[in-house]
Amino acid sequence: MAAHLSSGRVNLTALREAGRRELREFLDKCAGSKAIVWDEYLTGPFGLIAQYSLLKEHEVEKMFTLKAGRLPPADVKNIIFFVRPRLELMDIIAENVLSEDRVRSPLRDFHILFVPRRSLLCEQRLKDQGVLGSFIHREQYSLDLIPFDGDLLSMESESAFKECYLENDQTSLYQAAKGLMTLQALYGTIPQIFGKGDCARHVANMMIRMKREFPGGQNSIFPIFDTLLLLDRNVDLLSPLATQLTYEGLIDEIYGIQNTYVKLPPEKFAPKKQGEGGKDLPTEPKKLQLNSAEELYAEIRDKNFNAVGSVLSKKAKIISAAFEERHHAKTVGEIKQFVSQLPHMQAARSSLANHTSIAELIKDITTSEDFFDNLTVEQEFMSGIDTDKVNNYTEDCIAQKHPLIKILRLVCLQSVCNSGLKQKVLDHYKREILQTYGYEHILTLNNLEKAGLLKLQTSSRNNYPTIRKTMRLWMDDVNEQNPNDISYVYSGYAPLSVRLAQLLARPGWRSIEEVLKMLPGPHFEERQQLPTGLQKKRQQGENRVTLVFFLGGVTYAEIAALRFLSQMEDGGTEYVIATTKLINGTNWIKSLMEKLEPPPF
Amino acid sequence: MAWNLKEDLRDCLVAAAPYGGPIALLKNNFRKEKSPGSRPLLEIYSASGVPLASVLWKSGQVVELGWTASEDLLCIQEDGTVLIYNLFCEFKRHFSMGNEVLQNHVREAKVFHTEYGTGVAILTGAHRFSLTTNIDDLKLRRMPEVPGLQKLPSCWAVLSQDRVTIILLAVGQDLYLLDNTSCSVVTPPGISPHAGAYVQMAVSFNYRYLALFTDTGSIWMGTSSLKEKLGEFNCDFRAPPRQMVWCTRPRSKQRAVVVAWDRRLLVAGNSKECIQFVLDEDSYLVPELDGVRIFSCTTHEFLHEIPEASEEIFKIASMAPGALLLEAQREYEKQSQKADEYLREIKDQNLLAEAVRQCIEAAGYEHEPETQKSLLRAASFGKCFLDKFPPESFVWMCRDLRVLNAIRDYQIGVPLTFAQYKQLTIEVLLDRLVLRRLYPLAIKICEYLRLSEFQGVSRILAHWACYKVQQKDKSDEEVAHAINQKLGDTPGISYSEIAARAYDCGRTELAIKLLEYEPRSGEQVPLLLKMKKSQLALNKAIESGDTDLVYTVVLHVKNELNRGTFFMTLQKQPVALSLYRQFCKHQELETLKDLYNQDDDHQELGNFHVHSSYSSEKRIEGRVAALQNAVDEYYKAKNEFAAKATEDQIKLLRMQRRLQDELDKPYIDYSLHDTVYNLILDGHHKRAEQLYRDFRIPDKRFWWLKISALAEREDWEEMEKFSKSKKSPIGYLPFVEICMKHHNRHEAKKYAARVTPEQRVKAHILVRELDQAADAAIEHKNENEMNLVLSKCTAATDSSVVEKINRAKAQTLKK
Repeated sequence: MAAHLSSGRVNLTALREAGRRELREFLDKCAGSKAIVWDEYLTGPFGLIAQYSLLKEHEVEKMFTLKAGRLPPADVKNIIFFVRPRLELMDIIAENVLSEDRVRSPLRDFHILFVPRRSLLCEQRLKDQGVLGSFIHREQYSLDLIPFDGDLLSMESESAFKECYLENDQTSLYQAAKGLMTLQALYGTIPQIFGKGDCARHVANMMIRMKREFPGGQNSIFPIFDTLLLLDRNVDLLSPLATQLTYEGLIDEIYGIQNTYVKLPPEKFAPKKQGEGGKDLPTEPKKLQLNSAEELYAEIRDKNFNAVGSVLSKKAKIISAAFEERHHAKTVGEIKQFVSQLPHMQAARSSLANHTSIAELIKDITTSEDFFDNLTVEQEFMSGIDTDKVNNYTEDCIAQKHPLIKILRLVCLQSVCNSGLKQKVLDHYKREILQTYGYEHILTLNNLEKAGLLKLQTSSRNNYPTIRKTMRLWMDDVNEQNPNDISYVYSGYAPLSVRLAQLLARPGWRSIEEVLKMLPGPHFEERQQLPTGLQKKRQQGENRVTLVFFLGGVTYAEIAALRFLSQMEDGGTEYVIATTKLINGTNWIKSLMEKLEPPPF
Repeated sequence: MAWNLKEDLRDCLVAAAPYGGPIALLKNNFRKEKSPGSRPLLEIYSASGVPLASVLWKSGQVVELGWTASEDLLCIQEDGTVLIYNLFCEFKRHFSMGNEVLQNHVREAKVFHTEYGTGVAILTGAHRFSLTTNIDDLKLRRMPEVPGLQKLPSCWAVLSQDRVTIILLAVGQDLYLLDNTSCSVVTPPGISPHAGAYVQMAVSFNYRYLALFTDTGSIWMGTSSLKEKLGEFNCDFRAPPRQMVWCTRPRSKQRAVVVAWDRRLLVAGNSKECIQFVLDEDSYLVPELDGVRIFSCTTHEFLHEIPEASEEIFKIASMAPGALLLEAQREYEKQSQKADEYLREIKDQNLLAEAVRQCIEAAGYEHEPETQKSLLRAASFGKCFLDKFPPESFVWMCRDLRVLNAIRDYQIGVPLTFAQYKQLTIEVLLDRLVLRRLYPLAIKICEYLRLSEFQGVSRILAHWACYKVQQKDKSDEEVAHAINQKLGDTPGISYSEIAARAYDCGRTELAIKLLEYEPRSGEQVPLLLKMKKSQLALNKAIESGDTDLVYTVVLHVKNELNRGTFFMTLQKQPVALSLYRQFCKHQELETLKDLYNQDDDHQELGNFHVHSSYSSEKRIEGRVAALQNAVDEYYKAKNEFAAKATEDQIKLLRMQRRLQDELDKPYIDYSLHDTVYNLILDGHHKRAEQLYRDFRIPDKRFWWLKISALAEREDWEEMEKFSKSKKSPIGYLPFVEICMKHHNRHEAKKYAARVTPEQRVKAHILVRELDQAADAAIEHKNENEMNLVLSKCTAATDSSVVEKINRAKAQTLKK
């Protein structure tokens, strides 16, 4: 069930197991039958830790979504609220509890489980509402880093970037530090910490502090990670803005992957069985889980989309050849062997069918003229062409009222690639946007400026070309089929964040000292002392393991680039990736937009 | 005894704690005249009579003294108030046994111990009983009335059976049992009808046995459930004894009662015989788990049943294996061959292991180190001749005895027996040493027994530190430094707990200094808040990075300070300020405005007003007013762009309202683009033009916008007119595209002819004129274009075009 988590260099099943154990312990504390009332946002992440069957084993009989008013009836002994520590949710819970008492005898016990952290603020709120005493157990479930795949952890903290860079609210950084402490408790103290950016510095400081808070608990686990690299998202604002061109990246760009699941238009997935041609097409979106447990997906997810087709057709040949085998199977033994392979082959065939359908869906979009035009402009910006004047394509898109987020991505991309825009250009874009999409977006534009995505070129100097050249961010001779450099993930642009990781491993950051100074925030190195018994003696040819933590989000393309580095034969480093949230340009920009609606509370 | 008592014990109120506990004396308590010079004096001594503390009694009349399980002294006053003092006569707290007592007075009281803790039972002047089973969790229980009770009972006792506390009382010849709800008359089984009136009763240490003494000198012994009689003894003394206590040993079959009169002590048990002692002085009996402590002005003795092992070994002419082994060892030391003979005798009976065990066990019962040593030496000697005798019992006995000898030293004065020590556990013993402030000894014991730091040394150091902070004669620096010197980073030490104690003693500065050593901010903050050091608390909370903690402090400070000071405080803490802003954004919008105002943050104020024009204002006037505020703020912030844009927005809103009124269609909250688009869609071209000019919409965008709207309206005529109004700033390809989008190939073709030569191929392809597209491409001699055309061709219908292009390509190649 969790095979995909143990496939990597670091066995992340242990982390999931720890999470499941904690959950079971809590559930068992509330003896008797239970109903869980869910903060809706949590169901997705929880699904990656424990399925319904686990809850069921522990007498969870009903599940509800948290909403105002009265709780639905349920003949259970315990009502447990699973919630994020947010004031508005506390008010709903209070309402639930208060309206409960009026209608029935108080037979049900209430409990509350805060995810990921118990909050004094929230408990005070419950107290003010007069319901704090109604809860028998009030505990926290430290679901900080959730294992998504064998080499991928995410906090799935929706608005981490916005909170850190816009609102100066470092709650998610505290959570990140806590998560790293948990990770170290399971996988050993990480001896080396590198970082770039203000948030990275803050997280490292908190980790060191937290370690000091528990002087007695000297960790005696042999360290699995050699290095931790903390990266601020605002060190590299460019990568998420560009359109990802890996298979997985494109699925995310087009359909959005949530908690490893994607919902796809159903038409392409209609069962193609003869005799049922007249049957209605399914109307429910097709929901698929995407992770490395699926062999084929693991192979193609990180490839440039242009290289996916050939793999799929090769696979198709192999599979049909395998099915042909049955005609050659003559003896009973041969037939038996064939039959024993059938389930695996059938799974492979259905997996192939699914991905062929997805690839077709994506291809319809990537071959469209608009996709091509958009990509051309992006690539021009990234390679430094005409970044300092108003772009025609962008203008035309505004005139035709293309989706606002697309426009914002383009304008921000241009701004980042030009170290800010000239006053005239910036104002022109802003005016165009306000006139076309509405003046209310003035606040969104303001947010983008605060986050540094959109800015005025202050000095006459544009640093981006220097950074691009020194760090080889633009590669003209990109090989999409058999890549030799990470730039294949954007068909030319090598993500800055991953380049930083690559250069750190070899030859070290000292070589790019000058460029590092141009990027925002401090860069630093910390060492955590290990007892002599735990110091590593590296075997010949054994790879180092580096944990790269993206504070503020990471894209699938960047993940693909890091995986590519892990697989390089002479790379010498394997990467595990952690992040506050898996993002793409669209949902990232969306999180920064100001929604002008009456606030919900 | 080390004390120097001038008074007779009988003139004092006496209480001695079990488990070798301290002795409290209240002198002059019984004098009727209360002249200032003869105030009662409360003195506390160790079991060896070393004075621990004394205090002049200034409170009310004391009825009874007693010790709690944690060695606090309870002083029960006539008015029902119970005052609690520690070992050093320092007042801790008080509680009351109920209001009813104020009138009727407490006449008698008893302190008792059960699994619930330490309890107190009182008997009032109205002959009613009240009790609480746990003074730390005070729940008073008023016991039911005893019918017809006119005078105080002659004697009474508290019993605990199956976790229920009950009272047994005797009135003359009648016995009553009082439980929570009822009062019942009981008769002990097998008691002689002529036994007479009960004058004294005693309950054993474990509440299992009961002894009754009648005025005929008869002693009845039985179980406290009154279901079984264990024995009876008739003595010649009829006077009511001063004290009667049980003297048994756990798991022993022998049961005996010790009865004391002024000068006589009698031990009665199952047998017809009894043992009598003469008492030279006033004595006081303290029941213990395994015997009775008897102390007087000069001595302190322990009376107990001789344990079997000791008896076996030391009985005259004993041939028990232990005795023989002891003898063998003595001979061995004398280098006599008799040693071998004794040893052989034991070994022949295969009893050597038994002998070693006996010696080890007996050593535990001895108080004299010399005797302990000789027994242990014998055991050690015997062990040499045994294979595989597990060494633990010997090793542990040596360790335990060393600890016991150390605490029995008269300067320490805790005369525990081995059985009591085991019952008490080492942890509790350490606590008691700590209570007596014997920190060095406690630490030595921890180290000697190799207890984990967490449960041993750290705990004691923490207690020491808590005591240290009470030393008022030392400066804060000195104390803080001394504590840190000693405690350092010892795991399990909670500096915040020590600081809390310092604060309780009124030493706030010291508490702050101590908190500096606390590595866990979560622990620092609540205490700092309690001490009203909110500024410091805020610093610590921010340092921790725990935003929840910061919020907690901020909201606490908010209630504590007036608004101005609160804002000033936040000003100095950007992290706290931004968090509070977030809080306000969701909870207190008005405060958010005040915050921005204080900072003169005009940009944010502008944003704030824009926000409220959407979220809190419904009427147009209100929205315009809010936006006007925003404009003003944006100007102050020198953000000309935002100010102008917002002015435009106001202009647009007003315009939209006019349009809405005049055209009776909703326009409000459309963007400028959508407004113009909708106007064109509805054919209001003039008005659209007006907006285009008023808002200086760039030509290019206006053209795009207009042709899109016209195409949607399918107003091809107007479009053509428009296309000819002047030279298109966006060229004519968009016309082609838009016509095709609305499936009008005929119109599209018109514009395809007008596009610039560079776009011609594309235009022809769009209108599906591949032949012309090919011509244009060939004319351009552009291979890319040719390929593009080729890619659009299908073999069936466009073979001529394909041929044409291929020919052209071939020609280009030749050149």
